[in-house]
Amino acid sequence: MAASRKPKLAVWKFSSCDGCQLSLLDCEDELLEVAGAVEIAYFLEATRVEIKGPYDVSLVEGSITTPHDAARIRKIRDQSKMLVTIGACATAGGIQALKNFRDVDGFIKAVYAHPAYIDTLATSTAIQDHVAVDFELRGCPVNKHQLLEVLNATLNRRKPVIPAHSQCVECKMAGTVCVTVAHGTPCLGPVTQAGCGNLCPGFARGCYGCFGPKENPNTASLAKHMAELGVSSRDIAQAFRSFNANAEAFRKEGDAHDDR
Amino acid sequence: MVHNDIHATPAAGHRLIVGRDGLDALIAALRGEGYAVIGPRVRDGAIAYEPVDSTADLPIGVIDEQNGGHYRLNTGPEETLFGYTVGPHSWKRALYPPRQSLWTAARDAEKGFTIEKPDGTPPRQAFLGVRPCELRALGIHDRVFGVQPHDAGHGAQQFTDQGYAARRAEAFVVAVNCGRAGGTCFCTSMGGGPQAEGGYDLAVTEINRNGWHDFLVEAGSEHGRAILDTLPGRRAEVYDVQAAQAVTDAARGQMGRAMVPDVADLLAKNLEHPRWAEVAKRCLSCANCTMVCPTCFCSTMEDVTDLTGERTERVRRWDSCFTLDFSYIHGGSIRQSTASRYRQWITHKLSTWHEQFGTSGCVGCGRCITWCPVGIDITEEARAIHDSTRGTAGGTPEGTNEGRA
Ligand code: SF4
Ligand code: SF4
Ligand code: SF4
Ligand code: SF4
Repeated sequence: MAASRKPKLAVWKFSSCDGCQLSLLDCEDELLEVAGAVEIAYFLEATRVEIKGPYDVSLVEGSITTPHDAARIRKIRDQSKMLVTIGACATAGGIQALKNFRDVDGFIKAVYAHPAYIDTLATSTAIQDHVAVDFELRGCPVNKHQLLEVLNATLNRRKPVIPAHSQCVECKMAGTVCVTVAHGTPCLGPVTQAGCGNLCPGFARGCYGCFGPKENPNTASLAKHMAELGVSSRDIAQAFRSFNANAEAFRKEGDAHDDR
Repeated sequence: MVHNDIHATPAAGHRLIVGRDGLDALIAALRGEGYAVIGPRVRDGAIAYEPVDSTADLPIGVIDEQNGGHYRLNTGPEETLFGYTVGPHSWKRALYPPRQSLWTAARDAEKGFTIEKPDGTPPRQAFLGVRPCELRALGIHDRVFGVQPHDAGHGAQQFTDQGYAARRAEAFVVAVNCGRAGGTCFCTSMGGGPQAEGGYDLAVTEINRNGWHDFLVEAGSEHGRAILDTLPGRRAEVYDVQAAQAVTDAARGQMGRAMVPDVADLLAKNLEHPRWAEVAKRCLSCANCTMVCPTCFCSTMEDVTDLTGERTERVRRWDSCFTLDFSYIHGGSIRQSTASRYRQWITHKLSTWHEQFGTSGCVGCGRCITWCPVGIDITEEARAIHDSTRGTAGGTPEGTNEGRA
């Protein structure tokens, strides 16, 4: 690149397990290349250096669960040219969005000895629900190759090659035998965006939906088929309520099978 | 029946009866000529096409049970090598791989940039167990990819896919005729049948009679004949050929499904039909049907750079008319709805393919029915439209599924 100044990269954390940031550290060989191509301005998981904004690229991990989070993400957005959210927490609210379906005050009283110290929102929501996002990278956790691709595309000012098709396409390209058709195993693959690298079906397990709803997902048809395979209504609701429970299509399908 | 005349089959007179050792000799001979032999193997509860070293790797005594969205392997007649029908894989994988690197480019201080093609040496592959419907699918791809010209009146063939053509030219094809039709097979109603009609180097029919288990092997090319001459066996007699004929005749009577007649015209006249919205309620737009189809050929290009932006690579990968990106043009995707995607798929396969390539795009292998997670059935969807146009009361239309498995 002819640029005289290296782009400044910041990596931010909200409510999350750190797994997606770790995917970046897990890039090992490529990480040195990344470190050579950018100036790492803020990445507490990797370095204590803190360089002031503005930033060329901000990677944001985690969901918004407190009033403080909601204010902080706005400041980060103001300081960032490109803001890319990474992982199911940041793109859909994460597993912690399960609280959205229940009484949060009840949880707080049950779990904490001094509930008064807890300052939390009633919901866990995606970054996109609070500020404009330039690209959402799905996954719980994100796939390191996809993460590198997004960084790479962003630095080279091109569109990332992150297909929005179903997990089934990945199964078929890999030659994986379909677990639903050949074994009768329930699988969320037909309504889930590809991205993990064919992990579960590649090991003869059904897809858990870690990468969230694919474009145009027909969750109702799949849920009907799961019922035909013998999955109970409760288990269908739970299948849709995992890492991407609050992604719209999964939330609606989960609600439709919630017999509470 | 068109193919009852035994003397009409290609290379009449070059037929051998061999035992299982003859097939082992065949595999060994092909390996000796530097071929990677790919054949049927049981993997993860299905018949996959994978490298095989000998007949011991084949699905011995295994048959398949197929229906919409349903596939299971069962125990079949002991010793049978080719009792199954078709599985989730097709030879498309070998001739038209899911991902192909087309070229790479690198920045170059003097010339601006240089382009490199990947090593173009095609793999030397022998396909063991190509079913008659799959032979026809190969023929369809030969037209699509410009190895064979289209029919006159269907547009002049201008381009040949060099990668496909090179892999195809290297391939050695051992066909296997069907002794059993699967629950989703309907090749006969697509103009084919369970007996190979050419397009192979060797064709095998597995024969079980009075406790004898052997194979009729016929040559369909000079190369096939040269190999046939080296195999241990005896010259086939007329009664052997008749026994083989009885095998495929049995399969012909067992088709699990049937396509309604004149389907190309039927669909062309019903581009607006309430059935499209109805099937869209069930269809997942998951693309499994197109991925497993031995004739679907659509691909997309992916351009990737390295981090420094100094090198770039263009990769071609399988795509499908069921994805949103497939119909992306300036301003957005034109096929947003599942109904429009399903209609594109079935009308291309059964109707517009004729105008484009001079044949149907469907050979009746049944894969799209079996491997659709929710069991959507191309023959049922066509039949629903067929029935709606003539009323379901009264006579049963030709090619009905009624009374079939
Ligand atoms: S295993 Fe799951 S993801 Fe893979 S093709 Fe089957 S339904 Fe789709
Ligand atoms: S459309 Fe279906 S039945 Fe026809 S060739 Fe393709 S997979 Fe086989
Ligand atoms: S049916 Fe769809 S995927 Fe198959 S060849 Fe036609 S347009 Fe391509
Ligand atoms: S017809 Fe079946 S396999 Fe094809 S896209 Fe629809 S649900 Fe998937």
